Amino acid sequence: MAVASRTPPKKRDWSWRSQAFRGLLYQILAVAVIGGAVWFLAHNTVENMRVRGIKSGFDFLFQPAGFDIGEPLFGYDSNNPYWKAFLVGVGNTLRVAIIGIILTTILGTLIGVGRFSRNGLVRGLCYAYVEFFRNIPVLLQLLMWYLLFTELLPDISEAKQVGSVFLSKGGLTYPAPVWVSGHAWMFAGLIAALVAVWFYRRWAHRQFEATGKQPGTFWGSVAVILLLTVGGWFIGGSPTEMRVPVKGEFAVEGGASFTPEFLAVLFGLTLYTAAFVAEVVRSGIASVPRGQSEAAQAIGLSRGQEMQKVLLPQALRVIIPPMTNQYLNLTKNSSLAVAIGYPDVVSISNTALNQTGRAVECIAIIMLVYLTTSLSTSFFMNWYNAKSAIKER
Amino acid sequence: MAETIIFQSKPARPAPNRTEGLLPWIKLNLFGTWQSALSTVIIGALLVLYVPQFLNWAIFTSTTSTNADACRAAGVGACWGAVVEKYRLIIFGRYPFEEQWRPLVATLIMLTMLVVSCIRYFWSKWLVLGWTVTLAAYFILMYGSLFGYLDVFGLSKVTTDRWGGLPLTIMLSTLSIMLAFPLAVVVALGRRSHLPAIRSLCTVYVELIRGVPLISVLFMASFMFPLFMPQGVTIDTLLRVLVGITLFAAAYMAEVVRGGLQSLPKGQTEAAASIGLSYWQTQRKIILPQALATVIPGIMNNFISIFKDTSLVTIVSLYELTGSHGLAFNSDADWRPFKLEGYLFIVAIYFVFCFAMSRYSLWIEAQVNKSKLR
Amino acid sequence: MKLSRTQFGLSAVIAALGLSAFPAHAGKTLDAIKARGQVVCGVNTGLAGFSQADSSGNWSGLDVDVCKAVAAATLGDANKIKWVPLNAQQRFAALQSGEIDILSRNTTFSLTRDASLGLHVTGVTYYDGQGFMVTTKSKIRDAKQLKGQTVCVQSGTTTEKNLTDFSKANNLGIKPVVFEKVEAATGAYFSGRCVAYTTDASGLASVRNKEAKNPDEHVILPQLISKEPLGPMVRRGDDEWFAIAKWVIHGLLEAEEYGVTQANVDQMKSSTDPVVQRLLGTTEDTGKLLGLDKEWMARAIKAVGNYGEIFEKNVGPKSALKLPRGANNLWNKGGLMYAYPVR
Repeated sequence: MAVASRTPPKKRDWSWRSQAFRGLLYQILAVAVIGGAVWFLAHNTVENMRVRGIKSGFDFLFQPAGFDIGEPLFGYDSNNPYWKAFLVGVGNTLRVAIIGIILTTILGTLIGVGRFSRNGLVRGLCYAYVEFFRNIPVLLQLLMWYLLFTELLPDISEAKQVGSVFLSKGGLTYPAPVWVSGHAWMFAGLIAALVAVWFYRRWAHRQFEATGKQPGTFWGSVAVILLLTVGGWFIGGSPTEMRVPVKGEFAVEGGASFTPEFLAVLFGLTLYTAAFVAEVVRSGIASVPRGQSEAAQAIGLSRGQEMQKVLLPQALRVIIPPMTNQYLNLTKNSSLAVAIGYPDVVSISNTALNQTGRAVECIAIIMLVYLTTSLSTSFFMNWYNAKSAIKER
Repeated sequence: MAETIIFQSKPARPAPNRTEGLLPWIKLNLFGTWQSALSTVIIGALLVLYVPQFLNWAIFTSTTSTNADACRAAGVGACWGAVVEKYRLIIFGRYPFEEQWRPLVATLIMLTMLVVSCIRYFWSKWLVLGWTVTLAAYFILMYGSLFGYLDVFGLSKVTTDRWGGLPLTIMLSTLSIMLAFPLAVVVALGRRSHLPAIRSLCTVYVELIRGVPLISVLFMASFMFPLFMPQGVTIDTLLRVLVGITLFAAAYMAEVVRGGLQSLPKGQTEAAASIGLSYWQTQRKIILPQALATVIPGIMNNFISIFKDTSLVTIVSLYELTGSHGLAFNSDADWRPFKLEGYLFIVAIYFVFCFAMSRYSLWIEAQVNKSKLR
Repeated sequence: MKLSRTQFGLSAVIAALGLSAFPAHAGKTLDAIKARGQVVCGVNTGLAGFSQADSSGNWSGLDVDVCKAVAAATLGDANKIKWVPLNAQQRFAALQSGEIDILSRNTTFSLTRDASLGLHVTGVTYYDGQGFMVTTKSKIRDAKQLKGQTVCVQSGTTTEKNLTDFSKANNLGIKPVVFEKVEAATGAYFSGRCVAYTTDASGLASVRNKEAKNPDEHVILPQLISKEPLGPMVRRGDDEWFAIAKWVIHGLLEAEEYGVTQANVDQMKSSTDPVVQRLLGTTEDTGKLLGLDKEWMARAIKAVGNYGEIFEKNVGPKSALKLPRGANNLWNKGGLMYAYPVR
């Protein structure tokens, strides 16, 4: 580059020494090397498959799967094609991920806020929780929860009963309503109520901006939601039929249930990720300047109000990006469910891989599912982040 | 007539409340407000209720007898005998029993080197040499020879499928972080490059790897990798898994390094360019030394998470610490009921390592930031 | 500076070329085995009676002995084997990719596996069927009583599909709990998570007798719900190697049929029975046709014994597994084992 300092290169100087040329050369080289490597691997794979007569392609997705799944989220039968089995797996992954994200947010926020408690015992416990749970591999935690659930709970034939709820090694079995069309009305009512509440709150917020008075919205919202939901239920013919679990000869029959596998995955993921979420929340709150807290105290806000109205809203802006990462980690870690027999997408994919021998295709499906989830979650969180960022006038 | 003013002493003001010492601390921190007092009472009650029970199980009624029947006796709590009986299998996995001094020595050498590398005093070029010697010694001890050469020590050959336990956990995490580091620096620089093709290649790599779980990368390394290779070329499973973890770790580390690069003011690059340094000179002499110093805590955190993530290789049948626990307990009918004690044992091992590393990470962060506080 | 950059670029190109110039070996399996002096054999990570490693890494079991016989026949030494323990998911990829030469890992033959995985089945070494194991105190004594019950099963096997078929055919609505690893599946069964554990009957016997605290607490239900012919596999594209593996198995069966045992194989070389003479290579050189020498089968028998001996030693009534000979007896003793003539 000593040359360059003597005669500064022109912008479009296509000599051997120009930056533009070098840049192009490096790029071509990089693409060629990476492309060559990918081609080399792909060529080998195709060649290996051809020589050994291994079938490939995604056509197997439309053949009947032929295996049962322990806890399908929706109607699935072993005669259904493979793609539907995969869909069940994706559904199970999302089920544990979504519930896990909700629970972990609540727990993590509580613990993160607890690090600022005025009570020394609470502070100490929250600190101990964070240090303990985040320093142990999540797989180990899942295995331990599963062991605890399967060893300590009573046998299936001796299920513990509280009302119509049974707890045993078979899981947590509870009564569930039998789905009839009447329930659709109830859900329609609920959705209508949520829309109404949203508009109501927006109106209330405008009112607040205009007059400075905050109309109470909480009880009004609750009333609207209850009224419309119950109303919908009555319109639908007030269906009351329930699938109540009963103790059979060998096991608890009927009802809906959470299996120990699901509970272990949920517990493990939630408790592990909550430790990280707590740290995110703690550092977010710590990032709010001390003056904010002092100002809040000066105008006489209680500790709770101070947290809720002053610290958390400001901390939120710092919290969201790392929080997104934690949500993604939780979703990705749900793939460990395969180690304890929860039928998530990795588990289903594994079975499919073994039934059909399409290793490349099945692993590609796993990766695609997680990539899609990851990218769409980051997309959503970026949108939310932009929305909650400081609006400068 | 002058009025006589008689000075009368006023009563002394009360001494300020003591704010130091045990009692005031308790008063302030445990019973400051009524909510605080309530939580203290509730938490205290729960602790009083459950901690003695746990201690009773874990210590007072526990046994270290290596007789499984003694553990099954009524009223006996934790059976630490299971750990006493199985600790060598848990720690060394399937490594030949009478040769287990080899992984012990090899791992101790590696741990010593890790600790040495953490001390600032030793940060010099000699460290590279130290690591080269350490790794050579490690493989000679573990495998019996170095890539089939240097077979002069008369050690029997122990193939990699018999390596296991803690030595494998430490080796996998250390090696993958060391191998991932140069790759991460290159990728991080690539993501900030002004050349669009290189930038997009690096971005795609990072986002692709970060978007998928480690287990799918391991599946790929374990099940699919053999298909990628030309016919007749086979690569050791351990090596394949190591490559998988390295590629995974590199993507995450690249983001940490990129964060460090971004924290440098643009003026540094401009100043370097103005004195006529080339791109690589700028990176090597100006940017990287400053950026890498700030990312050491981040890399340490990467190390911790990779250390924990190595537990996943048990899913592809390598018997590291978590896997060797399964090996020790799953198929042994006598001791299977005491799996929990075994779990607690490896939990303690993982915790000690990760906690020590996270403390170190905090300390080094403070050290790094010291220069900024001037 | 400029020069070094050019060098950098060039070296990158050279490195890329070097990467693609791996030593590609496309020769026959037998040549490769002879060159490396080892047969690479894929076995189960641990199934008592079939393939199991002791604490010093010595492998034993029925599947293991088959590999030893093949190694003895091809290399003249039953110990020249590299053992590659594989789980259910890894096994086919390992064979397809050439990581192993032969897969002797209680693997069921089926049309899909034969036709779409690029594998050849060499012969049956164990006729099996899938069964159920339940605890004695569960009071279930018939597989049809498993209605609505949870059953633990390992993934990556034919077992999952058989279970589904059985459940469907009898309208039982069995809930499978599928585990990645066999230890996890048996562990969950022993902890009481599942009412039953299902796998091949031989596997059940192995688990019951070797892994249960008290075998009497577990019952193997009498019904078998599938046919599971188990045996070694080789990959397609090398018919010579396929033939060797196939004929070693038939040779072991033939040896039992004609009474050639590990102990008497040397004396039997002077036998006057033409079949025995051919088998042991004293008259015809059958080995030559396979690319081996005359003594190939004699060495295999010397190393591990005939099929009957292998069976008795590893899984038979006197072993820990206590499996009856049943369908695995010779054809002329009421079983299904029928050796193709070695001639």
